Amino acid sequence: MPDYLPHTGEDLADMLGFLGLSSLEELFASVPAALRLAAGLGLPEGVPEPDVLARASARGAANAAAGLVCFAGAGAYDHEVPPVVRALAGRSEFVTAYTPYQPEVAQGGLQAIFEFQTMVSRLYGLPIANASLYDGASALVEAVNLGTGSTGRDGVVVSAGVHPHWRSALRTFAAGTGHRVLEAPLVEGVTDWSALEAEGEVGVVVAAYPNYLGCLEDLGPARRLADERGALLAIAADPVGAAIVRSPADWGADVAVGEGQPFGTALSFGGPYLGLFCCAASHVRRLPGRLVGETLDADGRLAYVTTLRAREQDIRREKATSNVCTNQTLMALTAAVQLGWLGTAGLAEVATRCACGARYCRDAMLRLDGVEPLTGSTPTLREFALHLPIPADLAIERLADEGYLAGVALDALVGEDGDGSLGADSASHGLLVAVTERRTKDEIDGLVAALGKAVR
Amino acid sequence: MAASGGRASSAPLLGRDNEPTIFELSRPGRASWQLPTTGLPETPLADLVPAEHRRGAPVGIAEVSERDLVGHFTRLSHRQYSVDLGAYPLGSCTMKYNPKVCDAVAGLPGLAGVHPAAPAPLVQGWLATLVALEEALCEIAGMAAATLQPAAGAAGELTGLLLMRAYDEARGERRRRVIIPDSAHGTNPASVTLGGYETTTVRSDERGLVDLEALRAVLDTDVAGMMLTNPNTLGLFEEDIAQIASAVHEVGGLMYYDGANLNAILGVVRPGDMGFDIVHLNLHKTFATPHGGGGPGAGPVAVAPHLAEFLPGPRPVRLPGEGAEVRYGWQTPRRSIGRVHGWHGNALVLARALAYIEVHGGDGLHRVAERAVLNANWIRKRLSSTFDVAFDRPCMHEVVFSAAALHRRTGSSAFDVAKGLIEEGFHPPTVAFPLIVDDALMVEPTETESYETLVALAEGLERVAARAHEGTLEGAPRTTPVRRVDEARAARTLVPTFDAVGKQK
Repeated sequence: MPDYLPHTGEDLADMLGFLGLSSLEELFASVPAALRLAAGLGLPEGVPEPDVLARASARGAANAAAGLVCFAGAGAYDHEVPPVVRALAGRSEFVTAYTPYQPEVAQGGLQAIFEFQTMVSRLYGLPIANASLYDGASALVEAVNLGTGSTGRDGVVVSAGVHPHWRSALRTFAAGTGHRVLEAPLVEGVTDWSALEAEGEVGVVVAAYPNYLGCLEDLGPARRLADERGALLAIAADPVGAAIVRSPADWGADVAVGEGQPFGTALSFGGPYLGLFCCAASHVRRLPGRLVGETLDADGRLAYVTTLRAREQDIRREKATSNVCTNQTLMALTAAVQLGWLGTAGLAEVATRCACGARYCRDAMLRLDGVEPLTGSTPTLREFALHLPIPADLAIERLADEGYLAGVALDALVGEDGDGSLGADSASHGLLVAVTERRTKDEIDGLVAALGKAVR
Repeated sequence: MAASGGRASSAPLLGRDNEPTIFELSRPGRASWQLPTTGLPETPLADLVPAEHRRGAPVGIAEVSERDLVGHFTRLSHRQYSVDLGAYPLGSCTMKYNPKVCDAVAGLPGLAGVHPAAPAPLVQGWLATLVALEEALCEIAGMAAATLQPAAGAAGELTGLLLMRAYDEARGERRRRVIIPDSAHGTNPASVTLGGYETTTVRSDERGLVDLEALRAVLDTDVAGMMLTNPNTLGLFEEDIAQIASAVHEVGGLMYYDGANLNAILGVVRPGDMGFDIVHLNLHKTFATPHGGGGPGAGPVAVAPHLAEFLPGPRPVRLPGEGAEVRYGWQTPRRSIGRVHGWHGNALVLARALAYIEVHGGDGLHRVAERAVLNANWIRKRLSSTFDVAFDRPCMHEVVFSAAALHRRTGSSAFDVAKGLIEEGFHPPTVAFPLIVDDALMVEPTETESYETLVALAEGLERVAARAHEGTLEGAPRTTPVRRVDEARAARTLVPTFDAVGKQK
């Protein structure tokens, strides 16, 4: 069967002859015979491309969620990605390049990332943005590493308003770094920082804006706590929301992180996404990941290159600020294209339309009997949490039959770790609903009517 | 006058002219965006966002027409080398051809359009995909169970080290050291530090392999494990792997396999059979998911049975049940180290890798390894009179030359050779790695390059070496969109954004 290997029988004979070998097997003479696979891999034989594509299509067809009108969010949003963005970001020159180790033949990708860094920096209001990290969760972990490294203090105070999965990842990696992670609970969607006043040394304070329940909190107390304790303030900010609400820099953040998926990347079952990372200029030598900078070439022409490389693992090895090597460059380039397409006005329009749709949807849902806000009167932006009269997973199941992915059940989101600040009842009956600029009035009205029926 | 919208560079097909930034192309009043009609009543921003939360000024991005947007990024793409354009013999990176069918799989709406928090009954196709990939990877690696969450090789390494740690702690131990060879990738020691361990480096011997006596000398019960790439970064198979593994196991340590070089041994020998306990695989290398100019990758971690209970969760699993229909769900291992990714890993990369494995099958993967090793050895022998082979013995999927002698004789280093090869129309090999070879040139042709391409690549390198002797290599490359860039200047006067332009001293 044809495959992707170009060697003809004649080529093989010529090449083996040149090497003085009589079989391909002899190439592996350095592999001890006792270790070798006698019968090959226990995998099925290869099948032709059309069959593989058909198989993948069948698996896709078995994902009922793909056909539902999406009101789920929690860090992954169903935004408009136009054909022009797909076409540009899908160009094979970008898709099939490696990390730009040879800048003379990688100016295209380098410049796109330079533009991406500029856009993220403007969005979050901080002067340094890196070339991307794996996702929002990994960006948060790196922000904490930067903060503890820079202050020399291993205490980390995290708002329970930070995405539960990100907090879970933070705890996982703290097992290696030895960071002490403490969570400040949410009360009606607002972080109660006072619970942690007795805590010892603190290197980083982490807040989310809006938080994972969709609430816009006053982050003044978080900044004050950081100042009192000599800690850095890291803010996990929704990059779409940032177009219309205060930027992390406006709140005094030293570091800002976010999930960049909303900028041109499909829902993709959670990945590959895009970790956004921004910081103040004073922290640039602790920056994780790659950074593109402007310079000149031998003829004095403008050129781009990855810079401050001495921070990175391939040079500093065990003393590197981070172990990140491969990151999410293609998603970063995609974000630059999507943001270029949206432009100044389009970005604000998307954020406003999300907030507008969310307001309309929330108001309508709260008119249903037994449906209550989960976060009191705290303002929300493009996502909101409700307390349903029935378990949220049951509501999602019933609404799926009506053609809607109604949201995310808080129970499923906080997972087996639970969430101290969310009572058991709130978790099991809590539904997190997100509305993007793609959702129409008819879809929202349909969802609300179906929810009304489901909770009766 | 700075270029504004609609300007094409004078030689767009060659990518020779500098392309203005998108910010310079911007003109107030232009726009590309078009959003769907929703029929929703408009609410003023002032009513949506309380004043104390409102942003003062809009985020200035750029204002360009769709036509200008297309021109801009298309011209940038012409200033970028890629596998689709030509050979990319970058050692340690396995830049093989990326089959387009895998792109088609990743673009399927039934896969790409799925929200990661949708309940398990609604994502059965995705769970089936992940379980199938996990099983295939375990078979290839000779392991029992895997996590697909790590987003890249380095993330896999750190996950593996945290598994090591959890395993230690479960045994009531607190070991402090991890051993790595001096030929290791830089991510290894960086990950060791983040895993809370100290690195002990063990030297390579005159064969370019781990020095078994030196290894035994640093082994004790404080060693949590050893990280090893096999074939190693010199492209050589660690022939003593069985003895290495048993020596580490004897002191209670675990063997960690860095899968960066797995391409060489697909279907020939499995890490599990060599004695490894933890394995990470770089799907963007071995399984041809495109590298995207620096990611996304995927770095699944597979483990031996005794480590399965510590794997990150939740994991996709086949649910027990009767009847013909297989059902899938999520399960968190009993003593899981927790999440290492925001969701389930780089899912679309994982789907591409599964498609690649399915097209090739077990037999095809074995052919991949054979051809990769054949190509590398052909290059080794063909160029052995032009450059010194660092360790002159048959190699696996890549070969490391040293340009040190050439450097001494001609003043042209491996770096200069790399720049010269660009003028020959090829992407250069990896230079200056591994660190234990002076003036290293690491060539990994991969299995998808043809005999003719190998000949052309070899001839190109021979011409470059000849130019070094003639003294005409200096200043290369001259035919590229830009010439050698001033890296020191970039670091000294840092300009990381367009807004910093002109503001540096």
